[in-house]
Amino acid sequence: MTAALAAAFAVETRGLTKRFGAHAAVDDVHLAVPRGSVFGFLGPNGSGKTTTIRMLLGLASATAGEIRVLGRDMPHELNTVLPQVGALVEGPAFYPFLSGAANLHRLDTANRYAPGSTRNTRVRDALARVGLGHAEHKKVHAYSLGMKQRLGLANALLSPRELLVLDEPTNGLDPQGTREVRHLVRSLAADGATVFVSSHLLSEIEQICTHVGVMSAGRLVSQGTLDELRSTSDRRVRVVTPDPEAATRVLSGLGMQPVAFSESDLRPGDVESGVTAGLTDSVAPEEVVAALVTAGVRVRGFELVSSTLEERFVELTGEGFDVVQ
Amino acid sequence: MLGALAAIPVLIAIAVRVTSGSSSGRGPAFLDQITQNGLFVALTAMVVSTPLFLPLTVGVVAGDTISGEASHGTLRYLLAAPAGRVRLLVVKFVGAAVFCLSAAGSVVLAGILIGAILFPVGPVTLLSGDTVGPVESIGRLALVASYVAVSLLGLSAIGLFISTLTDVPVGAMAATVVLAVTAQVLGALPQLDWLHPWLFTNYWLGFADLLRQPIAWDSFGSNAVLQLGYIVVFGALAYSRFTTKDVLS
Repeated sequence: MTAALAAAFAVETRGLTKRFGAHAAVDDVHLAVPRGSVFGFLGPNGSGKTTTIRMLLGLASATAGEIRVLGRDMPHELNTVLPQVGALVEGPAFYPFLSGAANLHRLDTANRYAPGSTRNTRVRDALARVGLGHAEHKKVHAYSLGMKQRLGLANALLSPRELLVLDEPTNGLDPQGTREVRHLVRSLAADGATVFVSSHLLSEIEQICTHVGVMSAGRLVSQGTLDELRSTSDRRVRVVTPDPEAATRVLSGLGMQPVAFSESDLRPGDVESGVTAGLTDSVAPEEVVAALVTAGVRVRGFELVSSTLEERFVELTGEGFDVVQ
Repeated sequence: MLGALAAIPVLIAIAVRVTSGSSSGRGPAFLDQITQNGLFVALTAMVVSTPLFLPLTVGVVAGDTISGEASHGTLRYLLAAPAGRVRLLVVKFVGAAVFCLSAAGSVVLAGILIGAILFPVGPVTLLSGDTVGPVESIGRLALVASYVAVSLLGLSAIGLFISTLTDVPVGAMAATVVLAVTAQVLGALPQLDWLHPWLFTNYWLGFADLLRQPIAWDSFGSNAVLQLGYIVVFGALAYSRFTTKDVLS
C-alpha cells in the first residue's frame, strides 16, 4: 500500500519537524501533495512555509520526520530527485554582473544531469517562455524586480520537470506578469507537472490551485482540495427584500435561523433591508426562493454565499498583524 | 586583482629605474641587482608580494568561495540545480588553486616583461655562484612561481573552510588574511621554534633554494607535503561542515 501511496503523491512528509533551538519553525507537518495537482501552500509570514520548502529541496535538514519527493526519500536520493524539480525559493538570486542568459547557463552547468548539447536551446526557450527573450543579453543588475522574478521562473523551467516548487512566484510582478504566471502554472499543470505554489495572495491561490494546505505557527492546520477547504465552512443565503419581517417568517418556517441585515451586511446599492440565514443540508437554495415567492415576499436579490478563502484562512490562522510565534 | 598583482613588479621596476645609481644595499633582497639584470625585477617582486599581497588576494578569493554564493543567494539555486555539495566544494577549491597559480604567474610574468623593457637582460649568477643563461633563468623563475603557488594552497584550503562557516564574505576574507599574517608573526618568534614546522607560512620564502646549482628540491618537497597536509585537514573540515550545513541564505 505504501508503494502505491508514495507514487500517488509528488510530495509527502510525515511528522516533518524543524527546530531552531527551542523554537519549532516547522512542527509535525504531514503534507500530501497529489501528483498532477496545483497545490497552494498558504500561511502568514513566519508560519514555516519557506523552511518547509528548504527541507523539501534538501537545503536544510529536518530535525525529525520523513520526506518523500516524487516517491523518493529526501535528502538521501537528492541527486535523483532534484533534476526533476524546478525551484524558485525565497525570491530570485543571480550574479548581477552576468547577463540573464549567462546566469541560466551557469546554473544549468551546475546541474550535472542537464545535457550540455541542448543547453543553448533550453536557455533560449526558458527565457522566451517567461517573456525575457528581448533582455537575455542585458546584465541582471539592470533588470527590474519583475524581470528578475521572471528570470527565476525561467531557471525553474530550464529542464523538463515533474515538480515545480514556486515560492511567491508573482512577487514583484505587474498585473500582466501575474496573469502570465497564472497561465504558465496552468500550462505546466496541463503538461502533467505537479506545481507546489507558496503564497499569501489568496485570490491568486483561489484562481490557480486545485489543492490547498494552510500553515500556521509551524503547523499544517488544514489540507485538502480547494472545495473541501471552502465547504467545511457553512454556506449562507442572502435575501435582499423590502419585507424583512415576512422573509424572516418564511425562512424560520423552513427551519432556518434568519437574521436581519445589520449595518455591515449592507452593500453599496443595497437601499433595501434584508435577511441572511445559514443554509442547512435539508433545504436546497431554490426551495428557499420558491417558498419566498409563494408567500408573496418581494425579493430584490437572492445570493448563495460561501465563505471566501480569505475568511477561511483568517479563521484558521487567526486575525491580527503580528507574526505568530 | 591579477592586474593589481602585476602592478607590483611594474612599480618596483619604475621606482628603481627612476632612482637608479644609488645602490645602497638596503631594501628587499635582490633589489640592488635589478639595474644589472632586469630578470631580478620578477624575483624582487616575488619577495615583496609573498608575505602580504599574494595572501591578501588569495584570502579574498578563497574566503569568497562559498560565503560569496551564500550572500548572493545563488548558493541555494546551485544546490537545488543540483550541483552536489561535494562537487561544488571541489570546483571551488580548484578555482582557488587556479587563482593561486595565475596570481604567482602574473607577478613573475609582469616582472620579466617590465624588467626586459627597462633594464638589460643577461646571464644570471645563482646563489651557488654558477651562472645560467637568460632562458634557463626564466625557467627558474617559472619554478619560483609554481613554488609560491603551491605555498598558497594551504591558505586556500583554510579560506575555503572559513567560507563555509559564514554567509558574510568579507568576514571570511578578513579572517583568512588575518590568519596568514598571524602565522607569519608566529613564524618570526624564535621562542616558538617547535611550532614553526607546522605553520603553513613556514616555507613561504624558501624559494631561494630553487636558485642554486644543482637545484635544492628539499624545501620544495617539504613545502608541498606541508601544504598537502593543510589541504587534507581543512578540506575535511570544510567537507564535514558544508555537507551538513543548513543553507538558509
